Amino acid sequence: MTRLDRLVASGVPDDEAVAAVLPSAERLAKGPVAVIECFQEIPCDPCAAACPRGAILPFGDIKDLPSIDHELCNGCANCVVKCPGLAIFVIDVSSGGDRVIIKMPYEYLPLPRRDQEVWGLDRSGKRVAKVKVLRVQRPAAFDRTALLTIEVPASEVHNVRGIAPPAGGDDR
Amino acid sequence: MTRTEIVVVGGGPAGLAASLAASRSGAKVLLIERQAQLGGQLVKQTHRFFGSSAQSAGVRGITIARDLAGQAASMPEITVWTQTEALGYYAGGTLLAERPERVEIVQGARMVLCVGASERPLAFPNNDLPGVYGAGAVQTLMNVYGVLPGRRVVMVGAGNIGLIVSYQLLQAGVEVAAILEAAPQVGGYLVHAAKIARAGVPIMTSHSVVAAFGETELVGIRAARLGPDWRPVPGTGFDVDCDVLCLAVGLSPLVELARLVGCEVCYIPELGGYVPVHDDELETTVPGVYVAGDAAGVEEASSALIEGHLAGLAAAHGLYPQVDYEAHRGAALAELEALRAGPTGAKIRVGLSKMAQVKGGGRQ
Amino acid sequence: MRIKDHPILDFPPRREVAFTFEGRELIGYEGEPIAAALQAAGIRVLREMPGGRPRGFFCAIGNCSSCYVVVDGRPNVRSCIEPLREGMRVSRQIGHGELR
Repeated sequence: MTRLDRLVASGVPDDEAVAAVLPSAERLAKGPVAVIECFQEIPCDPCAAACPRGAILPFGDIKDLPSIDHELCNGCANCVVKCPGLAIFVIDVSSGGDRVIIKMPYEYLPLPRRDQEVWGLDRSGKRVAKVKVLRVQRPAAFDRTALLTIEVPASEVHNVRGIAPPAGGDDR
Repeated sequence: MTRTEIVVVGGGPAGLAASLAASRSGAKVLLIERQAQLGGQLVKQTHRFFGSSAQSAGVRGITIARDLAGQAASMPEITVWTQTEALGYYAGGTLLAERPERVEIVQGARMVLCVGASERPLAFPNNDLPGVYGAGAVQTLMNVYGVLPGRRVVMVGAGNIGLIVSYQLLQAGVEVAAILEAAPQVGGYLVHAAKIARAGVPIMTSHSVVAAFGETELVGIRAARLGPDWRPVPGTGFDVDCDVLCLAVGLSPLVELARLVGCEVCYIPELGGYVPVHDDELETTVPGVYVAGDAAGVEEASSALIEGHLAGLAAAHGLYPQVDYEAHRGAALAELEALRAGPTGAKIRVGLSKMAQVKGGGRQ
Repeated sequence: MRIKDHPILDFPPRREVAFTFEGRELIGYEGEPIAAALQAAGIRVLREMPGGRPRGFFCAIGNCSSCYVVVDGRPNVRSCIEPLREGMRVSRQIGHGELR
């Protein structure tokens, strides 16, 4: 079975699929950068227009997979809140330490609170580690997609892609 | 008797786009819609649209609905009748339209049918219990009327509708116990599936519902794994408690009005079932009657918008010839082609090529 | 049950109206489909088919006839698209209903 075959059966990208869209270790060490977990040719291209730096290259054909120049990307996360598939994440491992940063889109209530500890979930929704919410941004310009900045154990930075519903978070 | 130039039946994305295109070409339009509000299925689409910027990619369906309905309301050439249902049709272009207080007789020179599609049911014991709902119906309850359908849902179908409605159920605070998909793979966009999977909802491919339980209302279901012959494998049944079973197993175009009008229909599974025979100007076998959107073949809202636009242009061009008609049409057709390209457009392309081959179809 | 807070949608306050279902007084929002008001009140069995099987909401577009109720003595009302008005007397449709 090819990578896409496995993905098509379950909907969950496997490690191999994810590895193929990761920036180089060298780039990851430099600072925040976007990881686009989009593996299927569908007619969709708003990520390219969302990027203010042209790091996501203009689409030749609307069904192409997005092509990102990680050197041009500065991890601003504009694309994260614009992607209709909620498939883009920004990761920042440049601190080099045990705890590193992930920015992810979030469209549920309640919103977590700043400094709240919640469970980080992997791509199958399994709890993998406790994570800390550093920031919750939901300005009008994001059109109701919140951007969460969370701190995760470095060992789980390529696994955590969601959080469990926070206990007693904010209702708005 | 109300006289108009173009009657558009159905005020969803196709009907709204058709009305706008026709009125901008100079025609008088009467847009009739069965529900109390315009927008069709768009009014419940809380997710961001795919496609390109020309089809409002990245914009939420609910916003597109509001913008289009607002544009239609601002065009003096478009008269909108909501809570109005097309009841009958008589030769010569006379439509019977039922309004809340009276039945109206409408005379138009052209008609565009944008009546959409309906959910397919699924056959299994107790499939008629209250609590077994169409997925679109659940979406309407939640997103239009703000009412929760229940506490714990099992979704049948992992096409785009099943996946999107499952996500919207989670957003409304409803538990989704599982998604059962009969095929060996997810049918909808993988990014939709990935979003649901991240929330811990199991997507069980090669599974389906085999029975529902409950005295007067649904209390649970039995699911089973399907073998390569699509039949339940004995011994694999397991029960799931739930108070809602959502069926998202496909849509079929609504063809009653087209048949009443005398349009030839043909059966094309890739388009959703019976569908009015039409050419690439979206004209049916009855001259002056056009079809667009899901009524012409089940697809996506983005395609419905463009098809409606094309049908409105074509209907108006017959009355008010436009010098840039071919250029305008060509641009819209190119957009449709781009949307339908690639692996995810394979089914619709097969369906449309079958339509093109139908003997005596449209104005080939 | 009604949704109170939603991450994407705002549900602005609407005018509450009183109506009855099977003689029981309920409150709903003016203009919402009768079936939505009943669902919000936890009522899902809307009719009893000839033969006795219970039926309720299904398609929500006025197509399938599963949701017929009797309103102010009038049968075959598609509760999924019929707007609720103040003072409506709604009851389950039993069998084919009775035409006046």
